[in-house]
Amino acid sequence: MAKGSKKLDWLRGYASIYMVFLYAPVILLPIFAFNDSTVIAFPLVGFTTEWFASLKSNSALHDALGNSMIVAVSTAIISTVLGAFAARAGVRYRFPAKRGIMGLILLPLVLPEIIIAVSLLVLLMRLGMSLSLWTVIVGHVLVCVPFSIAVLNSAFAGLDQSLEEASFDLGETSWGTFKRVTFPLILPGVISSLLITFTISLDEFIIAFFLTGTDVTLPVYIWSQLRFPAKLPGVMALGTLLLLLSITLLILAEFFRRRSAQRRGLDASTTEGLI
Amino acid sequence: MNSASEGRKGLLLISPTFAYAILLLAAPLILVIMFSFWTQDYLDLDTTPTLANYKEAWTDPLYRELMFRSLRISIMVTLVTVITAFPVAYYVSFRVTERKALWLFLITAPFWTSYLLRVFLWKVILGYNGVFNSALLWAGIIDEPLQFILYNINAVVITLAHAWAPFAILPIFVALEKIDRSLLEAAEDLGDGPVRRFFRVTLPLAIPGVMAATLIVLIPTVGDFITPKLVGGTEGLMISNMIQVQFGKANNAPLGAALAVSSMFIVGGLSLLIFLGSRRVGRVAGE
Amino acid sequence: MTAAKAEKSIITLDNVTRSFGSVQALRGVSAEIREGEFFSLLGPSGCGKTTLLRMIAGFDEPTTGRITLDGKPMAGIAANHRPTNMVFQSYAIFPHLSVADNVGYGLKKKRLPKADYDREVEEALKMVSLGGYGPRAAHTLSGGQRQRVALARALIMRPKVILLDEPLSALDKKLREQMQVELRRLQRSVGITFILVTHDQEEALIMSDRIAVMFDGQIAQLDSPEALYRKPHTQRVASFIGVMNFLEAKSLGEKGDKISLDIQALGKLDIPASALPAGMTASEITRVGVRPEMMSIALEGAKGTGHEIDAEIAESEYYGDMTYYQVKLPGKDEPVTISMRNTAGRAVLEPGSKTRVSFSPESIVVFR
Repeated sequence: MAKGSKKLDWLRGYASIYMVFLYAPVILLPIFAFNDSTVIAFPLVGFTTEWFASLKSNSALHDALGNSMIVAVSTAIISTVLGAFAARAGVRYRFPAKRGIMGLILLPLVLPEIIIAVSLLVLLMRLGMSLSLWTVIVGHVLVCVPFSIAVLNSAFAGLDQSLEEASFDLGETSWGTFKRVTFPLILPGVISSLLITFTISLDEFIIAFFLTGTDVTLPVYIWSQLRFPAKLPGVMALGTLLLLLSITLLILAEFFRRRSAQRRGLDASTTEGLI
Repeated sequence: MNSASEGRKGLLLISPTFAYAILLLAAPLILVIMFSFWTQDYLDLDTTPTLANYKEAWTDPLYRELMFRSLRISIMVTLVTVITAFPVAYYVSFRVTERKALWLFLITAPFWTSYLLRVFLWKVILGYNGVFNSALLWAGIIDEPLQFILYNINAVVITLAHAWAPFAILPIFVALEKIDRSLLEAAEDLGDGPVRRFFRVTLPLAIPGVMAATLIVLIPTVGDFITPKLVGGTEGLMISNMIQVQFGKANNAPLGAALAVSSMFIVGGLSLLIFLGSRRVGRVAGE
Repeated sequence: MTAAKAEKSIITLDNVTRSFGSVQALRGVSAEIREGEFFSLLGPSGCGKTTLLRMIAGFDEPTTGRITLDGKPMAGIAANHRPTNMVFQSYAIFPHLSVADNVGYGLKKKRLPKADYDREVEEALKMVSLGGYGPRAAHTLSGGQRQRVALARALIMRPKVILLDEPLSALDKKLREQMQVELRRLQRSVGITFILVTHDQEEALIMSDRIAVMFDGQIAQLDSPEALYRKPHTQRVASFIGVMNFLEAKSLGEKGDKISLDIQALGKLDIPASALPAGMTASEITRVGVRPEMMSIALEGAKGTGHEIDAEIAESEYYGDMTYYQVKLPGKDEPVTISMRNTAGRAVLEPGSKTRVSFSPESIVVFR
């Protein structure tokens, strides 16, 4: 099977090089965050934590971070609630114009964000409304709802319909059934949706760029810093922290998803819930 | 539950989300289209319908150049991204037996960071005094920094091929996973070698995934203005940069709207062509 | 059999129909179900039995017709307000709750003192032989155990009627047979009306006091198991329940309390007039049926009944305690099935051997 194993090596080699390509920029973040130089280039000069320290005293950064938190948490909650309604309606019911309705709700997945941002901007201009964190939240919810639906679709689909019927049969009300049966069983999906939409909102730049008022979000703040070479290492440090945060959230989301599947005695397969 | 009450319940349940989409997605998009037929004079908005904006968008050489360059760049980015992504998806689907989930995690992990930062990092990597050049100089591989890798189309292609990589890998991976392995065994049993098997069985069945990957990369690329701005230089500027300018400094929202609608129109048409074309290719290649 | 109970109706179905658009799932079903009986709805898939069960439970409403439960009309009353409880086909055990919380689910609303609640739950578990299983996580149980939990969960509510939707179909054969006996015993001891939906005619015969055989959205025959088996009203019911041999026949006239028939392969013979179902005349007879165990192969030592014909063995199928023979009779292309018990000393006949077959005219069933 010499021919087979040769092909294996070539493909594996390619995949390995590709992974290096994928990680190249990201690895640079921690490397230059600790590099004792304001120039982002090789050779490395020395080890320092001053860039991380500088973040602590940066009040504009803290404001931006706080704003991003407000936006991300609000976006997560609102998108998850709206996504839950849509996912349950889609999984359980047949109704007229279902395809068209779902198509519109999922449209942001195939529209460039600039189009979404620009159209909301135009609407707000016409209505004479001023830009603020709320306008950013409105835009973020639009793009996050489809992701929430994707996650919650599989949560609802995996919910045996006869469980809710059994609850009724035993005398429970609609609300009681939701509280005691439905919600506990979709909770892992809800948490997953909250984490994913939170992360998306935290990193989102284009819509925030167009729709932000005087209070900026973190990505918009970073953008404003990019033209100042002296600030770059600080940006590197910030990026490193954001990377760690995002990966932690991702791992948490995956952990919860698997644990819930185990609790229900299901097979925690790789793509369930995410694709 | 009969079908009428089921329909009512379903509509009721989806109404909050649907209302949100109508008010904040459909209405604004329609408004943008309407805007593209109006004119802006500093602070005044003239709402008499006119095709002047579209005329300008399609006849002014600057905008035409930007539009077609954007199209060219987007297509190039899409080709490069999808073609380089396919072998990786194939590898994980067909050659990796354990821990596929780990591979998928490793592939997507770098992208749970700020897109902005990643584009910026490519600028840092590809620059004249950047990481790539300084590393090569330091290692003695080159004497002078490479100039052709930043502030042009190449930089845009590299950066976006990186940014869209997982979005291209995942749909192709999903399509490949769905292929019934016993089909390949049957083909082998009937005498096909590995290369023929790939082109006669694997590739045609993977076409839906390839097509999804293509559209997932193509459509947002046209709308991207960050990458061209940071790494594209003047050569690499794309239509979305102009859209951003019209809505910003130039304060000409109607023109910006016309440009946006036009580019969406072009991208939509292209996507449709790709969609229909892939259907045909899938059918022909399968014979 | 049990002593005669007061035959009070607990459920009345009055010309119940159900259409889904142009599809008619139920076409006018009327029946009375008696209090305390084990009642089965039996039929092939698609016959409407599950639709009917769900309407009794309250998960669906009839398009026309009425359902009355314990004297009260059930129209417009939702499932959570009806005095019924259901054991679902998938058991519908709440995976995130313990066994005790599953069983006590419906009790929680009654806000009993903790000691009473715990006692009720444990008693219900004991009734289904799962005493002590309370603290266990429900999703760790096997299929058979889940089914019992579902049963306990319904029993604890002390409903007027317990509805069971193909509860044994997911179990393997041995477990199923065990549960059939247990369910029957349990029903007798609690005295609650059970309504079972099944497509397995053996299961219905074993457990039920009465069975409603359903085809295409209607009840074809409602009778005790014995009556269904011995006196099926139609050929379809006859072949659905057990095996039935059919022979072409026509009436030659009536003589007092006997009817003369000319039967394919068996020749001319008289059967009792009581074999004719009410509402049918002798001239309408086109076929007769004979069960496999009502015919006998003349093995050594077997006594003839007076009606005997020559025959040839085509196939034999050995089942351990019984042997099923495919026997060719003169004048009939298709072989008939005859079952013989393998008593000690009895040989199994080889295909091709010639023999004689005897039968009794009293066991013949007539059909249109």
